[in-house]
Amino acid sequence: MSYQSPDILSANAKKILNDYIHNVENLKAKDRLKIPVQDMPAQDPIVRGHNLEEVAIGYTMEEARVEALRCLECVKQTCIDGCPVKIDIPGFIKHIAYGEFQNAVDVIKEASLLPSICGRVCPQETQCQENCKVGIALKDVDKSVAIGRLERFVADWEREQGNVKIPHVKPETGKKVAIIGSGPAGLVVAADVRREGHSVTIFEAFHKLGGVMRYGIPEFRLPNDIVDEEIDTLVKMGVEIKKNYVVGRTRKLNDLIEKDGFDAVFIGTGAGLPMFMGIEGENLVGVFSANEYLTRANLMRAFDKKNADTPIYPSKIVAVLGGGNVAMDAARMALRLGAEKVYVIYRRTEVEMPARKEEVAHAKEEGIEFNFLTNAKKILGNEKGKVNAMECLRYELGEPDSSGRRRPVVIEGSEFIIDVDTVIVAIGNGSNPLIKQTTPNLETNKWGNIIVDENQKSSMDRVFAGGDIVLGAATVILAMGEGRKAAAAINDMLAKEIAG
Amino acid sequence: MAKIVLKEKLSDTVYKMKLDAPSIAEERAAGQFIILQIDEDLGERIPLTIADADINEGTITIIFQVVGMTTDELSKLNEGDDIPVLVGPLGTPTHIKKHGTIVCVGGGIGVAPLHPIAEAFKAAGNDVKIIIGARNKDLIIMEEEMRKIADELIICTDDGSYGRKALVTEPLKELCERDPKPDMVIAIGPPIMMKFCAETTRPYEVYTEVSLNTIMVDGTGMCGGCRVNVGGEVKFVCVDGPEFDGHKVDFDNMMARLNSYKEIEQDKHTCYIDSMYEEKKL
Ligand SMILES: Cc1cc2nc3c(=O)[nH]c(=O)nc-3n(C[C@H](O)[C@H](O)[C@H](O)COP(=O)(O)OP(=O)(O)OC[C@H]3O[C@@H](n4cnc5c(N)ncnc54)[C@H](O)[C@@H]3O)c2cc1C
Ligand SMILES: Cc1cc2nc3c(=O)[nH]c(=O)nc-3n(C[C@H](O)[C@H](O)[C@H](O)COP(=O)(O)OP(=O)(O)OC[C@H]3O[C@@H](n4cnc5c(N)ncnc54)[C@H](O)[C@@H]3O)c2cc1C
Ligand code: SF4
Ligand code: SF4
Ligand code: FES
Repeated sequence: MSYQSPDILSANAKKILNDYIHNVENLKAKDRLKIPVQDMPAQDPIVRGHNLEEVAIGYTMEEARVEALRCLECVKQTCIDGCPVKIDIPGFIKHIAYGEFQNAVDVIKEASLLPSICGRVCPQETQCQENCKVGIALKDVDKSVAIGRLERFVADWEREQGNVKIPHVKPETGKKVAIIGSGPAGLVVAADVRREGHSVTIFEAFHKLGGVMRYGIPEFRLPNDIVDEEIDTLVKMGVEIKKNYVVGRTRKLNDLIEKDGFDAVFIGTGAGLPMFMGIEGENLVGVFSANEYLTRANLMRAFDKKNADTPIYPSKIVAVLGGGNVAMDAARMALRLGAEKVYVIYRRTEVEMPARKEEVAHAKEEGIEFNFLTNAKKILGNEKGKVNAMECLRYELGEPDSSGRRRPVVIEGSEFIIDVDTVIVAIGNGSNPLIKQTTPNLETNKWGNIIVDENQKSSMDRVFAGGDIVLGAATVILAMGEGRKAAAAINDMLAKEIAG
Repeated sequence: MAKIVLKEKLSDTVYKMKLDAPSIAEERAAGQFIILQIDEDLGERIPLTIADADINEGTITIIFQVVGMTTDELSKLNEGDDIPVLVGPLGTPTHIKKHGTIVCVGGGIGVAPLHPIAEAFKAAGNDVKIIIGARNKDLIIMEEEMRKIADELIICTDDGSYGRKALVTEPLKELCERDPKPDMVIAIGPPIMMKFCAETTRPYEVYTEVSLNTIMVDGTGMCGGCRVNVGGEVKFVCVDGPEFDGHKVDFDNMMARLNSYKEIEQDKHTCYIDSMYEEKKL
C-alpha cells in the first residue's frame, strides 16, 4: 500500500459512485468484484508522525457507499462466522449502499455495543474479513469488503448527527451489580445489566475510565472522545461509577457481596503484569514495558510535555521488542514523542505478526524500521546504568512444527549490535494478580487467569468474569463478547431470584 | 477525592497531613501506601506511605518530604482543600508476628513509614529497639511517637547537632554485636541508607527487611515501572512489596532507576519555581 491523499481517494469514490448509483439493483457479482477496494483515507505520514491526531480519517459518505457496493450479499454468510459477536454484516452493509445509515447502525447495535471502537481496532483480517467471499474470490484478504471501516463509518455518522440513542432502562428491580474494571468487558456488562433495571456500580482502579482503550491504545488510533462518549451513555443510563477504587485492596471482593449487598459481581480487570524477556540488562535505565511507556504517554498525558507532570524518557533511538498491536503502538508513540529512529525487533516474519495489518502498514509509512527474524540477546548500558546499545541475534525459519508453522531458529554466531538509548518490551502480559491475591476462593489457572464456565461464571457464587482476565491478552471484541455472555447470565440469575 | 482535614509542618521540608478517607482507613495495614495526584488530568501519581489511620474518624495520615514538583505543590495545599485522586491502600502489608527482638532503623523521612510498622511489631509482643537518624536536628521527625513505642531509642545525626554524631549503621552494628543478636532488622530510609544497613547486618546474618521507594505509575502491577532485582528475580514493588529481604536487593540498580527522570524533573522543577517567581513579580 502506498500513501494516497484523502482528496484523491474521495474524488475517485465520487466518480465510481456516479457510475453505479443508478443501477444498484442490477449489479451482478462480477460487476461488484470489479469495484476497487476503497482505501482508508489517512493523515499524511510525514505530518502525522509529529501529532497525536487520529491517523485514519474515516470514509466519506461516497467511499462508504462504494465500498458497500462491493458486498455480494452472499447466501452463506461466512463473514458473520468470523465475527465474535455475529453482527449481521451483509444486513448493515446493504443499508449503507442505499445511504440508509441510521438503519445500518441499528442493525449493528443489535449485536455490538461499541461499533465505533471495534470498527477501529478489531483485527478484521483475521476475523470477519478473513472469510469474506470477495477476498476469497480475488485471492487477497486485503481485497475483502472493508467491513470494519464500514462499521466505523456508520457509528461515527451516528455520533456526528448528535443523536446517539440512550438505551431504554427498565424499572428498577432493587438488585445491585458490581463491575470491577471499566475496560470493554466491564462497560458492556454495565450497559446490558443496567438495561434490565438492575442498579450497577463500576469500580475502576484508575482515575479515568476505559481500561486499555484509555491507557494503552493511543489517541492516534482511538480518540479518547469516543471512549468518553460510551461512558457518558452509561452515566445517562444511571450507572454509578467509583474511580480510584482497587477491588482487592480498597475493598475485598467478598466484602462487596457479604457487606455491601451486591447480588452479582463481574470481574473485568484485564491483563496485568507485563512480561519481560529475562535477558541481561533488562532493568537498566531506559528499558520500559510497553504498558508503562504507553500509560505515561496516554493516561498520564506525558505527550503534553509542557503541561503534564508525569515525565517521559527522552529517547533518540528506540528499539521495540515484539510484533503485536502493543508493539506497534509503542513504536509509533515513541516516534511522536520525538525519537529520531525507531526499530521494531520481531523474532518471526511479517506474516506471523499478530498486529493489525493496517497498523503495520501505517507504521511502515511513518518510517519505522522493521527487523524481522531478529531478537534481542542482551541490553547493554553505560557506567551510569543507562541503555546505550542492544545485542541482537538473527533467526531463520526452520522445520515446520506440529502446527505446521515454521519455527524461527537462531543462526549461531549472528550476533550484532545496534545503538539504542531506549528499549520498550512489548511481548505480552501475565494476569492481573490483585484480586486473586486477596480472594483465596476464586479459582484461576496456572497463568492466573480466572476459570469460568460457558456462562462466564467463576468458581464463586454470584461472581462472573470475562475479557483479558479470563482469556489472557486478547481483543476488544472478544472482551465485549464475553461481557455480553456474562451480562445475560447475570440477568438470568437475577430474574429468577426476583420471580422467586 | 479526599479532603485535607489537618496540616502540620514537621520540619523545614516535611509535612504531615490527615486526609478524609474512610474506606482506606478501614482496610489499611502497616506497611501499605496510597497513590495520589493533585490534578486529575495533568498530575503525576506519587506513592506515599500511610503513616497512621483512624477508623473512627475515617482519616489517614501521610507524612512527606518536599523533594520535587508534586510534593512541593502538595505542601501548598491547606486544610479544607481536596486531593482529587487518592487510591489505596496499596502494597502487601508488613508480615507482623512475634520474632523476639526487632531493631527498627528509620532514616530521615523514612521514620514516617516506619512508625506504624514499629507500632505493630510492639503490639505483637516484640522487644522493639529504634534507631532514628537524620542529617541534622531539624530533620528528626516523630521522636515523641517513636519514644512511646521503643524499648530502647537511639537518635543520631550526621553533624552531631542532636543525639549521637553518627550514621545509623554505627549503633546498628553495635546492636548486632550484642548477645543475643537481634532476631530481625527493619530499615526504612533513603536507598543508600538501606543498602548500608543491609551491608552492616549481612555478616551477622540478621534478617533485614527494607521498604523500597521506587518510581511508580499505576501501583497495581500493570506497568512494571517499579520493578527491582531481588535475589536475581524481577519483583514488582507495588504488588510484591514494598518490603523485601535487604540482603537480596540490587540497590545499585534500584538507585540508578530512581534517577531515570532526574534531569527532566530538575528542569521541570526549576521551570516551575521560575514561573512561580515570575507570577509573584507580576
Ligand atoms: C497497547 C495495546 C493495544 C491494543 N490494541 C488492540 C487492537 O488494536 N485491537 C484489539 O482488539 N485489541 C487490542 N488490544 C487488546 C485489548 O485492548 C484488550 O484485549 C481489551 O481491552 C481487554 O478488555 P478488558 O475489559 O478485559 O480489560 P482492560 O481493557 O484491560 O480493562 C481492565 C480495567 O480494569 C481495571 N482494574 C484492574 N484491576 C482492578 C481492580 N482490582 N479494581 C478495579 N479496577 C481494576 C483496570 O485499571 C482497567 O481499567 C490492545 C492492548 C494494548 C495494551
Ligand atoms: C511505597 C512508597 C512509599 C513512599 N512513602 C513516602 C513517604 O511516606 N513520605 C515521603 O516523603 N516519600 C515517600 N515516598 C517517596 C515519594 O513517592 C517521592 O518522594 C515522590 O514521588 C517524589 O515526587 P515529586 O514530584 O515531589 O518529586 P520528583 O520531581 O518526581 O522527583 C524529585 C527527585 O526525587 C527522586 N524521586 C522520584 N521518585 C522518587 C521516589 N518514588 N522515591 C524517592 N525518590 C524519588 C528523583 O530522584 C527526583 O530527582 C514513597 C515511595 C514509595 C514507592
Ligand atoms: S465487530 Fe469486529 S469482527 Fe465483528 S464485524 Fe465488526 S469489525 Fe468485524
Ligand atoms: S462474505 Fe463478504 S461479500 Fe459475502 S456477505 Fe459477507 S461481507 Fe458481503
Ligand atoms: S507501579 Fe506499575 S507495576 Fe508497580
